[in-house]
Amino acid sequence: MPVPTRLLVVIPAFNEARRIRDVVAAVLGQVAADVLVVDDGSRDGTAAEARAGGAMVATHPVNLGYGSALQTGYRYALRHGYDAVLQLDADGQHDPASIPALLAALANYDVVVGSRFLHPGSYRPPLSRRLGMTLFGAIASHLSGQRLTDPTSGFQAISRSALEFYAHDRWPHDYPDADVLAMVARSGLRLTEVPVRMLSSPDGKSMHGGFLKPLYYVFRMTLALALVPLRNERP
Amino acid sequence: MTPTQRVFAIITSIGTFLVVMELIRRRRLREEYAFLWVLTTVGMMVLATWYGLIERITQLIGAVAVTTTLFIFALMFLLLISVHFTTVLSRLTVQVRRLTQELAILQASRQGPGREPSGASPAAGQGPRA
Repeated sequence: MPVPTRLLVVIPAFNEARRIRDVVAAVLGQVAADVLVVDDGSRDGTAAEARAGGAMVATHPVNLGYGSALQTGYRYALRHGYDAVLQLDADGQHDPASIPALLAALANYDVVVGSRFLHPGSYRPPLSRRLGMTLFGAIASHLSGQRLTDPTSGFQAISRSALEFYAHDRWPHDYPDADVLAMVARSGLRLTEVPVRMLSSPDGKSMHGGFLKPLYYVFRMTLALALVPLRNERP
Repeated sequence: MTPTQRVFAIITSIGTFLVVMELIRRRRLREEYAFLWVLTTVGMMVLATWYGLIERITQLIGAVAVTTTLFIFALMFLLLISVHFTTVLSRLTVQVRRLTQELAILQASRQGPGREPSGASPAAGQGPRA
């Protein structure tokens, strides 16, 4: 099974009307798959733009957060019998040209993470964020027993068995990254990383911006990671 | 504890108890959430009327005044109730999230590009797992 027969591409989007159509078109130009844009309560024309690009749209009546939007996609995929999900961000920072590499690795793994750091010299985040990523990456690597270079990457390919793990209520609705990967590896699902190219986000906005949010993120991730070994999740 | 303090404590706890009961009767407060409130008011009533008990507890926890014991217990109960509220809130968050997602999935399924739901009904074990 080199490429999953029924693939759903999930793109969580919040107020991305300016870019979503191009992102959807770029994805459709790369793979033969259904594209589901999860519109997370956007107040601009995200849903209409996504439809114009050729995607299906699932709209949250209220904004639930990045993690919840992803999970809506997972649940949709399970409900409609898809074999795998490929997820990428709506801001165009993930290069659709890397999709085949992710899908190819899905033949032997359940969760394939596109690592921006494994790709030679493309991605240099600011120092504070690099520190956090290194720290949480190291903890997640320790907990999962394998090297994780980019635990915050939203560019992933996910097999059906991992989808069932992700569709559970344990899934975090704000920042699903290092703790989820640690849980995945410990639950017996096969996890790997593949190098992906990072395109620069046109206006550089990040969901980790502001002053309080990074602080909350550090607290949140520390707590989640500390609880990983105490919880013993089963898929 | 002076008689005045005692009368005040008893009246306050009885008043709170009656308000809680009335709210339950009118279904403004659901029985499952009333449990801790009833426990609090009954506890306060017992402590206010049974002087021997509150004196014993005061000695036990090393407080000086009997009224302090009353305050500490009231505070502890309030703390418990707040924690209980946050657990309820967490549960509600999960439920609202699930409902919102379900709504989005159903809506997207209806509008999908001619994609039949492939015979997979939620009853076939493919629905969201609890």
